[in-house]
Amino acid sequence: MENLINIFIKSIFIDNMVFAYFLGMCSYLAVSKTVKTSFGLGLAVVFVLVITVPADYLLNKYVLAEGALSWLGEGFAEVDLSFLSFIMFIAVIASMVQLVEMIVEKFAPALYSSLGIFLPLIAVNCAILGGSLFMQERQYASLAEATSFGLGSGIGWLLAIVGIAAIREKLKYSDIPAPLRGLGITFIVTGLMGVAFMSFMGIQL
Amino acid sequence: MSDKEPLFSAKNRKLISNPLNAQNPITIQVLGICSALAVTAKLEPAIVMSISVMFVLVFANVIISLLRNTIPARIRIIVQLVVVAALVILVDQILKAFAYEVSKQLSVFVGLIITNCIIMGRLEAFALGNRPWQSALDGVGNAAGYGVILIIVAFFRELLGSGTLTLPGLGTLQIIPQIVYDWGYVNNGFMILPPMALITVGIIIWVQRSRNKDLIES
Repeated sequence: MENLINIFIKSIFIDNMVFAYFLGMCSYLAVSKTVKTSFGLGLAVVFVLVITVPADYLLNKYVLAEGALSWLGEGFAEVDLSFLSFIMFIAVIASMVQLVEMIVEKFAPALYSSLGIFLPLIAVNCAILGGSLFMQERQYASLAEATSFGLGSGIGWLLAIVGIAAIREKLKYSDIPAPLRGLGITFIVTGLMGVAFMSFMGIQL
Repeated sequence: MSDKEPLFSAKNRKLISNPLNAQNPITIQVLGICSALAVTAKLEPAIVMSISVMFVLVFANVIISLLRNTIPARIRIIVQLVVVAALVILVDQILKAFAYEVSKQLSVFVGLIITNCIIMGRLEAFALGNRPWQSALDGVGNAAGYGVILIIVAFFRELLGSGTLTLPGLGTLQIIPQIVYDWGYVNNGFMILPPMALITVGIIIWVQRSRNKDLIES
């Protein structure tokens, strides 16, 4: 249990998707003009990460990793399909996103109308594929650990995008040098937020 | 467009030169930032990454452009993802075989070329509506525009952060001489850390937009 909390806290603050690995920067920069929309997108990312990371964990464990197919019989014990992981992960993510979209549309129309436009975009958000690839690289030991990592990364991403959106809303009233307006200042502010998040690095877990 | 058009007409040359500056994928179109920042702590991974992206982008552009009249519009994203993922698997396996050290440093970021917005963006915006040769040039141009920024950022981060430059094939070169250290110069270790990648790109955007006033956002 303690282990799960460690992974959770670590993936929110120390290994933050945006500040430590720059994942999902494209939508982070494009959709962070207002707090409301960025909160919607952030929620959608948390949602999708919590579903895809465990799904890809199972896929990796029982199909792709070296010797993972041994449950099929002796002859499969040597098979190593890990070179297929990129294409399998992206296929799982694309279909999961489609599925999530349909389920949300059917059972939570209000949530759907607020997330609606963002959900399909998420399939090509690098934070989602990055979550699965990091899960594979770090070799989490159980499904619970992978889920806790997915949830933590999603919440870390949500925090980052809501934070930058709030700052950008205030920045509208500031007198920024003309060439820095828009994209330039957003990069620099994100860098400074990253410096702030680095202070969590000293935490011993 | 007629078949008699020369291979390097003025219009085709523009496809390569525009993305280098006024239509730069990173600083103007805001595409492909995810992977751009993470691999720039050293020069070598940045160069390898640019070459990999160029390979994937050029071939994906050509393949999608050849298939553009047969792909049904509804499933085009999936088709694009499959083409790109197949090319990325090729790159990943080649890197693992011939440049193992660099592929370790790049870790998940090779796989993330699949979701690199430059690739999807150019496929959607260009390859689906243009002929293979133009698409190939567009791929070269955009990948070069991406590579230029990557290499500038990596150059400054490695030079100021470690005092060295790592080039493929040459290994790590000590650029700042020992005597400067003896006088009391210290490497700025902060440049190696992730936040400085963002700030360096911010400064590049600042410099570029002060030189070209048309690019300033209102």
